[in-house]
Amino acid sequence: MANKTEVNGHGGFPWKHLVGFVLSIVLTLFALWVALGTDLSLTWILIIIFGFAFLQAALQLLMFMHVTENSTNTKLTGRVQVGNILFAAFVAIVIVIGSVWVMTAGHAKHDKHDKPKTENRENHGGEHDSEEHGSH
Amino acid sequence: MKWDEFFVTGDPLIYGADVSIVLTMAGILFYMTRYKKWKWLWTEWLTTVDHKKLGIMYIVSAVLMLFRGGVDALLMRTQLAVPEAKFLDSQHYNEIFTTHGTIMIIFMAMPFLIGIINVVVPLQIGARDVAYPYLNAVSFWTFFIGAMLFNISFVIGGSPSAGWTSYMPLASNELSPGPGQNYYLWGLQIAGIGTLLTGINFLVTILKMRAPGMTLFRMPMFTWSSLVTMVIIIFAFPILTVALALMSFDRLFGSHFFTLQGEGMDMLWANLFWLWGHPEVYIVILPAFGIFSEIISTFSKKTLFGYKAMIWSMLLIAGYSFLVWVHHFFTMGSGAAVNSVFSITTMAIGIPTGVKIFNWLFTMYRGKIQFTTPMLWSLGFIVNFVVGGVTGVMLAMAAADYQYHNTYFLVSHFHYVLIAGTVFGCFAGLIYWYPKMFGYKLNERIGKWVFWLFTIGFNVCFMPQYFLGLDGMPRRVYTYSEESGWGPLNMLSTIGGFMMGIAFLVLVYNMYYSFRFAKRETTGDAWGGRTLEWSTPAAMPPFYNFAKIPEVTGLDHFWRQKQEGKVEKLTAKDIKKIHMPNNSGVPFIMGSFFFVLGFGFVFDWMWMAIIGLIGVIGTLIYRSFEYDDGYYVSVEEVIETEKISK
Repeated sequence: MANKTEVNGHGGFPWKHLVGFVLSIVLTLFALWVALGTDLSLTWILIIIFGFAFLQAALQLLMFMHVTENSTNTKLTGRVQVGNILFAAFVAIVIVIGSVWVMTAGHAKHDKHDKPKTENRENHGGEHDSEEHGSH
Repeated sequence: MKWDEFFVTGDPLIYGADVSIVLTMAGILFYMTRYKKWKWLWTEWLTTVDHKKLGIMYIVSAVLMLFRGGVDALLMRTQLAVPEAKFLDSQHYNEIFTTHGTIMIIFMAMPFLIGIINVVVPLQIGARDVAYPYLNAVSFWTFFIGAMLFNISFVIGGSPSAGWTSYMPLASNELSPGPGQNYYLWGLQIAGIGTLLTGINFLVTILKMRAPGMTLFRMPMFTWSSLVTMVIIIFAFPILTVALALMSFDRLFGSHFFTLQGEGMDMLWANLFWLWGHPEVYIVILPAFGIFSEIISTFSKKTLFGYKAMIWSMLLIAGYSFLVWVHHFFTMGSGAAVNSVFSITTMAIGIPTGVKIFNWLFTMYRGKIQFTTPMLWSLGFIVNFVVGGVTGVMLAMAAADYQYHNTYFLVSHFHYVLIAGTVFGCFAGLIYWYPKMFGYKLNERIGKWVFWLFTIGFNVCFMPQYFLGLDGMPRRVYTYSEESGWGPLNMLSTIGGFMMGIAFLVLVYNMYYSFRFAKRETTGDAWGGRTLEWSTPAAMPPFYNFAKIPEVTGLDHFWRQKQEGKVEKLTAKDIKKIHMPNNSGVPFIMGSFFFVLGFGFVFDWMWMAIIGLIGVIGTLIYRSFEYDDGYYVSVEEVIETEKISK
């Protein structure tokens, strides 16, 4: 059912969305150019495109995601909004830091393929290990 | 591509399936044309935005998928009944366990629960529809198209065979060539859009469309469990979307996210898959918990014990569900620190679940328990789910998991939680709310047969698998040797599996029997319910649900009204005109374009994928220029529908 805020949203040209959309595209193209078109070192490329990524996330929250909006002014809506943002931050941190930790700790290191081949062979994953333990 | 690569050939089982598909299609076409049902189908169902009808379509699709996934299961059990059986070859067996797992989780469990949520939640919160009815139709059609795309794989192009987890590098182009794995990627991707939209839709519906007076802590427990589920969906499904997209890039465009070459990280797929996959487990169990809460409270004639404790434990589960994913691959070998942390979080998530079990027991304590079929399923759930939960804590110990990993012990564990939890929940909810959907109850006597057949069959099927697992039988093997000694327990397990199959057939017969002979309900309150969905005067609520939106004064509002003899009688002057959304055919058309898009990508026919993509974008643009503010139902029409005498 169409509620009132939705009907109001139809009024006027959506400048905010258009600006947000164009800026997002520009930032993406710029990141692509930094990665493919420049001779910077890998570390610098990563730093720059991560910077752009955070910038773009903030931009989208502001331009599209109603992060500053306070439509119905009830206490509940505010609390739900804060709860949502905190939970989103929690999940994002868990996904990113958790994945890095899980994929780099212990034997999982071999998955990075950036070590010399000989070292790879030494600790080649959990399955081999467990078989060896079994035979003792 | 030659035609014999396009169609799957060479297997008599597949030819049998081909024939039955053609016959079924012809039968449907004949019936629809002969009885002039096409217009009815289009106007009443394909274009509907009514949450109750969409819910019924979800449930019907889910029951069909339960049949498909169940046939897969029985084919596997037949192959495994005796050692060195020749019923299925290894490739066919691999395809069948892959489709069984994927279909049961993604296309059976989730749509079944989402269907029940669709029918019940707006009624429970006193709303006339969901917040975005059009979006709800888009959700359904993307789910349905995703499911159909996945399902045709076994006759066209070949099914995926890398397991429902599709670990890399097994699922890569090198080890799984052909369109099979692409079906998995695009079927799930398209259906995933629908699930994510459902998450947003119902989150907004529950937060914004409750009847006046219904504060968050006055919501029925099923609505609460749906709310928490939607939050998990919104945060978990984007992970799957991204992981599927990255694997699609690997397979279609030669990128190296998860490949062995080019510095790809194959285990990163497993990591991302379970980052979504574990919250997914809670997506399919929390609504079932909600269903059991409603049923146990209704048939014990008592308010739910520990209402707030139930809610806080669900919120805790929602948070924890994102912190346990590594327990699915302890044996990857992340080291002692990682495994210890995830071992502890996994055991910790058992605590809020335990709180809920005790709350249900205390709800029944000193209650006047009625042993109806929904209540039987709920009691069966408590007993069997605890078996699954206890073995889950055993698996949570990382060191011990090295022994259980990849064996039938694990297979049995997750069937004990998914069947005793989710499937029992779906059956209980379906039977409980059946009169709300169709205006009559399912026959109780036949229903009790279904319950006992299914529950005994379930235990006969899966209890032996714990012991097979401890005896070392690995999962996903298509056969085993005589000397292994696994033969007798496997035969027992197969017998149990077929008992469950028979129970399903009896359930379907019960639907037919009750359609023919069941007594039609005359009031909206078929079971002596406690929540608002039972307060509608008619057995099946009219399309606008409530002629007058109720005002809620507390938990179990309708029950207390009945106790105090204060159930409101509608009078003509209560009625005002009602604002309702218009039907639309666009979601169905958009879904069809999604099918073209998905099919194109599956076979790497870019021209076809692009046509589909243009179609999808076209329908989106069409919608954004469509100014449809719905329509009003007149006072006279409402009075006539509600049969109010003037």
